[in-house]
Amino acid sequence: MKILVCITNVPDTTSKITFTDNDTKLNKNGVQFIIGPYDDYALARGVELKEQTGGTLTVLHVGEADAEPQIRKALAIGADDAIRVNAEPMDSYFTAVQIADIARQENYDLILMGRESIDYNSGVVHGLVAEMLGISSYSPVMKLDISGNTVTIAREIDGGKEILTANLPLVLGCQEPIAEWKIPNMRGIMTARTKPLKVVEPVSVIEMTEPQHYSLPAPKGACKMIPASEAGTLIRLLQTEAKVL
Amino acid sequence: MSVLIYIELDNGSIKKTSLETVAYGAKVAAQTGGQAIVLAIGKSDSDELEKAGDFGAEKVLHASDEKLSHENSMAYADILVQAAESTQSKIIILPKSGLGDAMAARAAAKLKAGIVSGVTALPETEGGFKVTRSIFTGKAFSTVEIKSDIKILVVKKNAIELDESSVGTVKATVETFSPQLRDADFQATVVEVEKASGEVSLTEAQVIVSGGRGMKGPENWQPLVDLANALGAATGCSKPVSDLDWRPHHEHIGQTGIKVAPNLYIACGISGAIQHLAGVNGSKCIVVINKDPEAPFFKAADYGIVGDVFEILPKLTEAARAIK
Repeated sequence: MKILVCITNVPDTTSKITFTDNDTKLNKNGVQFIIGPYDDYALARGVELKEQTGGTLTVLHVGEADAEPQIRKALAIGADDAIRVNAEPMDSYFTAVQIADIARQENYDLILMGRESIDYNSGVVHGLVAEMLGISSYSPVMKLDISGNTVTIAREIDGGKEILTANLPLVLGCQEPIAEWKIPNMRGIMTARTKPLKVVEPVSVIEMTEPQHYSLPAPKGACKMIPASEAGTLIRLLQTEAKVL
Repeated sequence: MSVLIYIELDNGSIKKTSLETVAYGAKVAAQTGGQAIVLAIGKSDSDELEKAGDFGAEKVLHASDEKLSHENSMAYADILVQAAESTQSKIIILPKSGLGDAMAARAAAKLKAGIVSGVTALPETEGGFKVTRSIFTGKAFSTVEIKSDIKILVVKKNAIELDESSVGTVKATVETFSPQLRDADFQATVVEVEKASGEVSLTEAQVIVSGGRGMKGPENWQPLVDLANALGAATGCSKPVSDLDWRPHHEHIGQTGIKVAPNLYIACGISGAIQHLAGVNGSKCIVVINKDPEAPFFKAADYGIVGDVFEILPKLTEAARAIK
């Protein structure tokens, strides 16, 4: 079985977000970049399924060279090889076109990625890629098992979950608890250095959206403290002052 | 030029978040000089669907078929595209949800449309079509211009204030919409659906009472549930709590769980790690109850009480029952 796992390179969840160049660029100064947490779940399950089925796993990133430490980490976790599409992604559509183009050449059985990237939070790349390839997609997938050509999926729906079976090929957006995050071991880190990482140039895409500028939320006002002994008065304040009850 | 608005149904009723989407879409239609047309998929009836008129929709297209009873983004997106084509809509608006995003994505690929998900305010339509959306899980915003002919917007909860003043006065015309369904979209077999029945869903809830590790164990949840019941609220929890299996995973609120945007979020015994804040920063008002006055959550709160959560919760429940 051929598995493709797409990863994003995003600021750590604890990062303070600021912008530079007149609010047109993310300030990367002092920001730690990581594999997207949801993508990390997808990767972990992908590695388990590759081992179970005796298949191969390729990791794909659409982005610039500064993501290579994260790509090497994915190789250390268990991917066999990696592809980086050398471009700063313009938007979800651009990224999806790049992934679909690689997928068309390689005919993967299973394409996994996170339910959304934690930088732009769109959650649309899996659907775009699947539609471009003319195959089915599901998200957010919390459980994934494969037997032959049949896949059993548990996915979160509003207020619960749905279990379904479907046939490969598929594109899936993943989230916990699909697998435990994997931490690379020393042997993995050593072998990752020599695993192939192919850099390809992007295919051209019509410009759908053009970023204008970034902004930050207005600062929060002070927190009004209520003594524990008068806790009951809070309800009245919520009703008459905050007007949320 | 019409604006097509997709609404989600829950047991035949229009979801509250989807009423906001209707109101949003109607404003965009007014801005761009078009008609606001709604698409509903699944079982419902005209009495319910004509309520979309309360928030500015002129017409509701209703597609209903036994095959459409399960959330199926492939089939639903096909229907959305057929509806967009038959109404010649150039702007398509959906509510932000797993289904909304999946449908929007598929429709964007089919229609070669620019797509922006997580929109937080009405677009600017003078000198280009510009929208602002939430990024970095609520920590920032990005404004983008959509340049494609067809534009797809996936709108977050609270992007627009719902004006209920005209409720019950204007009825939308409801028309049956009979799309062509493709067998390829119905390959999957739904084996089982587990839905927490009778509970208020977190994404729809106006009030949420949420517990963290400070609740000290699953056996201590009753006072929190009592307050939630008194307020008609949904219950949620922090990641450690769902990791410890004190509460089910679908209650986990945060960066890697559900993102919520209620009017009121009451956090009990949650310290307020940045990953949890990322899931609640869309809330209008945040109350934090914690025994540690240094808990970081107080910095993000509107109201705070320092003290023992097990003493405070019953007092709040009593006060809440008194106002209902």
